[in-house]
Amino acid sequence: MPLNIIVTAKQVIDPETPASALRLNSQLKRMETPPNIPPVINGFDENAIEAALRIKDAKGAANVKVTVISAGKSFVLDVIKKPLSMGADELVLVQDDALEGLDAFATAQVLLAAIKKVGKFDLVVCGRQASDYDQAQVPLFLAEGLGIPCVTIAKKVEVPESKLVVERVLPNGTEEVEATLPALVTVSNELGQPRYPTLRGIMMATRKQPTTWKLGDLGLSPAALQPKVPIEQLFVPTSQRQCEFINGENEEDKGRKLALKLREAKII
Amino acid sequence: MAGVLVVGELANGSLASITGELLTAARKLAGPLGEPIGALLMADRAGNTAKEAGQAGAEVVYVVEDPLLKEPPVELVLSAVEQVVKKVQPTVVLLGRTPLGRDLGPRLAFRLGVGLVQDAVDLACDAQTKKVTANRPVYGGNAVAKVALNSRPHVITVRPKVFEATAPNPAPSPKVEAVPVKLDAAAAKIKVLKRTQQEAAGVKLEEARIVVGGGRGLGGPEPFKQLDELAKLLGGAVGASRAVCDAGWMPYAYQIGLTGKSITADTYIAIAISGASQHLTGISTVKNIIAVNKDAEANIFKEARFGVVGDWKKILPAFIQQVQELVK
Repeated sequence: MPLNIIVTAKQVIDPETPASALRLNSQLKRMETPPNIPPVINGFDENAIEAALRIKDAKGAANVKVTVISAGKSFVLDVIKKPLSMGADELVLVQDDALEGLDAFATAQVLLAAIKKVGKFDLVVCGRQASDYDQAQVPLFLAEGLGIPCVTIAKKVEVPESKLVVERVLPNGTEEVEATLPALVTVSNELGQPRYPTLRGIMMATRKQPTTWKLGDLGLSPAALQPKVPIEQLFVPTSQRQCEFINGENEEDKGRKLALKLREAKII
Repeated sequence: MAGVLVVGELANGSLASITGELLTAARKLAGPLGEPIGALLMADRAGNTAKEAGQAGAEVVYVVEDPLLKEPPVELVLSAVEQVVKKVQPTVVLLGRTPLGRDLGPRLAFRLGVGLVQDAVDLACDAQTKKVTANRPVYGGNAVAKVALNSRPHVITVRPKVFEATAPNPAPSPKVEAVPVKLDAAAAKIKVLKRTQQEAAGVKLEEARIVVGGGRGLGGPEPFKQLDELAKLLGGAVGASRAVCDAGWMPYAYQIGLTGKSITADTYIAIAISGASQHLTGISTVKNIIAVNKDAEANIFKEARFGVVGDWKKILPAFIQQVQELVK
């Protein structure tokens, strides 16, 4: 019996996009990037994929099956197939026009239905939060909906025998915890850099096609996805601060003058 | 009853600072709603905390005492809060977006079948329509979403250190009500095997009055020796951007930002930090931001009070030397 791991992943706008290139779409209430900046897989979700693949490495490729699920209105196939090229076994895309601007509760309904349709799972791995809406809600909703133990903000995830052992990040240290399977774990960047796809991985991924489901395939209707927390307005905050630049003859001089300025302003 | 219910947290037998902050935030809603402010305190022994909650603005204090609530796992706190909320039927439930609250909030909302506003930085309520809205930063702080809540109770987690804990004058003399709940130790599914404390040497980052932060532009771990020297001179602490920690130049305990630490310093000296919104989130309450960066267009200068454009390798040693003379 292989260990079945489900990883959730979200396609988001590239968070490295410079603020000056971000555009506010106040009608659709979202931020947009110029067409030349492609979307990415949410960084913490890549950490989650990496966590799952490390378990696969540890237990042997044949003993672990990693299925990645993503839901959205549309996908850039080259982007969303990255988990496959990293080494995931399967990719399930829930793609439907109704999956636009969902709130966390509705997103969780869709993912819950998709996880149940995938069927077998021992472990669900999620990124701790998504870099667009920073909600950190969906994974906890999933754990509640599935009725399974939930461990958040992991830096190390292991499945020795048939239990989950996680090293969690705390504000001032770490904590090692244990839970029985099935369980859900959320992963943070402290886990370490996600692997780069190998050439072989990319070739394998080209041949694999994602399984695509519509909302109807999950027995859900758009009416069930009405937001409980609708965004009324999205705006870009403005800074009131005015920076006083320190000038000088050269950079050393500027450094000295900065210190004198800070003393004058009673900051140091 | 109706009301705004604050889910309190205790630390060392007293109210945690977040609880005072939440009671301040609660007043923004309780006034327009015309409903009372309640505080929920859960502990093995609540001690003097009900009185403290009254002084901080709670009109009703719900006390849940149970031996199982001594250093409780999140599932037991969740169970207690769920039972109290179902009994009290508040209009709004406020939690802190603390390590406990960010796990508790979503799970509570799911169990109640309602939506959740996570990480609110402002709250409002229309006195006529009684409609509650909240502002929360999105896209790493590059934008703010004003959201409404279509389900009841409205469950909201509030970002720490945004509201200031201020005692109302006169403080209400709270009605204290013990609420019996049924807790099952078997509900706790996570077993803690061990905890490791990482005590950073010197002044604690979150408590320092002055913080010197280093970014990706430093190019490696070595320059942090200079930052450390400066921090020591000023009696402050050293911090770093996420890029620095991801690169392994500094341990994650030094990370400042959205998913790292939030500092409460008066002064932040940012060396070679561009000022990504995620980083700025961690320094949002700092009054004096001083930035050294080679790029005059860097985002950090938009938030800075004083700035120097140039190569930190030349600016920093001269700056440190001058500081040395000044603080002698």
